[in-house]
Amino acid sequence: MTRNLTCIVCPRGCEMTVLLDENKKFLSAEGNACPRGLSYAESECTAPVRSLASTVLTESGKLLPVKSASPIPKGKLFDAMREIRVALAPDTLCVGDVVLADLAGTGVALVATANAADL
Amino acid sequence: MTDVLIIGAGVVGGLLARELSLYELSVALVEKEDDVAMGATRANSAIVHAGFDAKEGSLKALLNVKGSEMMEQTAKELGVPYKRNGSIVVGFSEEDRAHLEELLARGVKNGVKGLAILDREELLKVEPGIGDTVTCALYAPTGAIVCPYDLAISAIGCAMDNGAELYVDFPVERIEAIDGGYRVYSGERVLEARTVINCAGVYADKIAAMVGDESFTVFARRGEYMLLDKECGGVCRTTVFRTPTKMGKGILVSPTVDGNLLLGPTAENIDDKGDTKTTPAGLASVARSANEQVKGIPGGKSITSFAGLRAVGSTGDFIINSPRAGFYNVAGIESPGLSASPAIATYVADMLRRDGVTLTPKAGATRVRESMHAFRHMTVEQKNEVIRRDPSYAKIVCRCEGVTEGEILAAIRTNPRPRDLDGVKRRTRAQMGRCQGGFCSPTVVELLAREMGVPFEAVTKSGGGSYINVGRTKGADAQ
Amino acid sequence: MKSTVDLLIIGGGPAGMSAAVAAYDAGVRDILILERDAHLGGILQQCIHGGFGLHRFGEELTGPEYAGRYAAMVKEREIPYLCNTMVMHLDENRRVTAMNEEYGLFTIDARAVILAMGCRERPKGALGIAGTRPAGIFTAGTAQKYVNMKGYMPGREVVILGSGDIGLIMARRMTLEGATVKAVCELLPYSGGLARNIEQCLNDFDIPLYLSHTVTEIHGKERVTGVTVAAVDENRRPKSETARFIPCDTLLLSCGLIPENELTKEAGVPLDRVTGGAIVDQNRETAVAGIFSCGNVLHVHDLVDYVSEEAALAGNSAARYLRGESEKKIAVGLKTDGRVRYTVPTHVTEAKDVTVYFRVSDVFRDARVEVRLGDEVLLSRKKLKLAPGEMETVTLKKEWLDKADGKELSFAIVTA
Repeated sequence: MTRNLTCIVCPRGCEMTVLLDENKKFLSAEGNACPRGLSYAESECTAPVRSLASTVLTESGKLLPVKSASPIPKGKLFDAMREIRVALAPDTLCVGDVVLADLAGTGVALVATANAADL
Repeated sequence: MTDVLIIGAGVVGGLLARELSLYELSVALVEKEDDVAMGATRANSAIVHAGFDAKEGSLKALLNVKGSEMMEQTAKELGVPYKRNGSIVVGFSEEDRAHLEELLARGVKNGVKGLAILDREELLKVEPGIGDTVTCALYAPTGAIVCPYDLAISAIGCAMDNGAELYVDFPVERIEAIDGGYRVYSGERVLEARTVINCAGVYADKIAAMVGDESFTVFARRGEYMLLDKECGGVCRTTVFRTPTKMGKGILVSPTVDGNLLLGPTAENIDDKGDTKTTPAGLASVARSANEQVKGIPGGKSITSFAGLRAVGSTGDFIINSPRAGFYNVAGIESPGLSASPAIATYVADMLRRDGVTLTPKAGATRVRESMHAFRHMTVEQKNEVIRRDPSYAKIVCRCEGVTEGEILAAIRTNPRPRDLDGVKRRTRAQMGRCQGGFCSPTVVELLAREMGVPFEAVTKSGGGSYINVGRTKGADAQ
Repeated sequence: MKSTVDLLIIGGGPAGMSAAVAAYDAGVRDILILERDAHLGGILQQCIHGGFGLHRFGEELTGPEYAGRYAAMVKEREIPYLCNTMVMHLDENRRVTAMNEEYGLFTIDARAVILAMGCRERPKGALGIAGTRPAGIFTAGTAQKYVNMKGYMPGREVVILGSGDIGLIMARRMTLEGATVKAVCELLPYSGGLARNIEQCLNDFDIPLYLSHTVTEIHGKERVTGVTVAAVDENRRPKSETARFIPCDTLLLSCGLIPENELTKEAGVPLDRVTGGAIVDQNRETAVAGIFSCGNVLHVHDLVDYVSEEAALAGNSAARYLRGESEKKIAVGLKTDGRVRYTVPTHVTEAKDVTVYFRVSDVFRDARVEVRLGDEVLLSRKKLKLAPGEMETVTLKKEWLDKADGKELSFAIVTA
């Protein structure tokens, strides 16, 4: 069986056709312009992940932009948001510093994307 | 007991409050909305009509011509921009021309100065922007433009400086005659006054009925407008009307005192007196007519569209009377109501005097109010002097209109105080430019919240349930 | 405050910062950036989502990270900048009047000026949607500012008009922050946003995208209570029989960006009717000598990476201008066929390899981009898909330009 996918790895947005076996296991893909598309297709058909960006409050009440250090399972996005909603970050954090070490049990850290002092 | 209570804080009630505040009287002004200038005053053509439209001998004609003569001085006293740009009524046919001749004759009888019928050639010298099919026009050099809500806000501010009291969110629900005056109810709030003056716009018939006067009705005539970007403000110099019909003066094309171009209004009688929505057909008809009258109006330059309601009285004339002792109607003030408003104020003051109200000039009371727009008209040196004393005047909040934080804070702190985004907009022009508040409204919300001492999410667009944000995204109190 | 500067840059967003860095690296030392916001970074500060920087930095960054990298480059070089400073006027002699709290109103005469003011969103008024004017109508960018910078939710039940990238991004942001996005309506038969944003911002959350649909009426007196949505015909006119009411408390508008060229006009710089930005040559120099333009104030870009690239070009050009250098002068006009909506630059004045950015007017599949000199086809490049939402580029070769001196090169999209 086949499945159509739009690659989200880069702004090019390649339209791919993915071939799956009878157990919906990834076999191959075409339409991707680069190898990263291929690994995206495989991951998307196996265990889809997404990057998450949001904000957390700092201790002084500022709003610090944050992101997941790497993509997390798609199904965990809203769990992660629940943790992010009540998280509190020190005002000393810089870009890349960890805000939450293990976002919603995914093992992925939530990191600052700006220096809190510059806000 | 207050001496005089005025119902309705529009331009008519406002200028009347200011007039009466000059005398030894206690004056209260009540308004059903959360700000002043919220009815017909908020959205109309912003024109000071020369006075050739109204039927000779009518109150409209008398007060239009007189008001038009008074307006320049009134605007100057109140620090409100006024521009005598002249107006023309364009005709497209011989039939129109005959109609214009009638208007001319009527204008002459009404005492309007300088009227003339111009052929296309002469007209082009006055207004090069006229449409290609225009053949003739009635030219009224005394026609002018003024901002109606600016006028009302400043007049009410002036009245308050003179001691008048403003009660907003005060919809009058009941009026009771009491010994020596009236008791006016709004929910839990009650005010007593010796004299009550009904300036309630489209609701004036309801107010009159509260004291048993059912001699007239007021209906709402909706007018839809489009406001164009300032880059279109130079398309025409004069206010360009078309030959009128019985539904009104038709669509006009006019520069505004702030440099935009205003197109409209439509004229549609409606049942719901709060219905200020625009319609696709209405806006299309505005654009169509405007383009016949004036050429070179660029497409796609509308920055906002809106509708206003004119308070049209059932008698065909302004209804200014006293149906019972101590109660006055100032009703049916449709066009040329704005033009007439300064004259209405003195006319009503004269009525009170005739009816035995003592009008003794109050020491220290003034007709003059410092302009809210002073900063923007200053020289560089003057601006820098202000900035040295208060650096917030160097902080631009609204990029499109160049409005500074200092001006916004001053407006928030000056009577009548705005309590929402639209209130700040009407006073300062912040959010009124081409991006319509896209960039600055969050900052204005912040300034309002800080100045009023309320949470960010408590600030509204225009009072009531017009909330802007529903709550915080983060923290313990996040939704 | 000093009264003269070699290079004055108006705007400290991605374009202004990149231009400043490039000019500095090309030897200009007397630079001043004027930024109206409290920080460098421009609109990127509120674009907290990822997706930036793949071209420029080879990795995926969020807006604040991307802006932060450039801000760091500006600071490393100690390039002077003033924040909270609004440029009020610019004239054709490159005299700039600006205002801030520290200096009040002040003027600076610049030997060269780079315009990098960015763009703004098309407001509701420009769309002519009928109905009431309640609270709850926001441009997507304003909503983004409330959510990402202020920490407030503009509403709970959202309809979005326009499928530009900011609208798509906000559909996801609002959803993640707890709102329900009920529909995204797009007037055109295709989305102007990136395909990957439709995928990860709408499809991921089962948000329906209605193509060839528009909002015909806004309801609600105080706050939005709903919108009427209708399909449109091929002339983009609503089909009344398809109208339906969608209850919501919020309408977000993502209906296009308009370059902010008020200062540009003041300086007498002629603008391109299609882009709304200045008419520029390959150096991004406008028709007014010494005034350059780059980034979204010149033409709306799809990716910030290209903004940086273009701004660096403008910065380098300004440096060369300040040194009084110029290459062999030629005059080549770039003409478009309508399918190619515009080109930047609009004309070429030097014989060297020149990259031309352009956008197309519609979605074209299996098409060819052609560059012709008269009847001669200089370039014919096959493209599987061309879409209005994406910027395209071709590079004109020096020898073509030499040959075309005094003539025009025409850009066309050819389909089978």
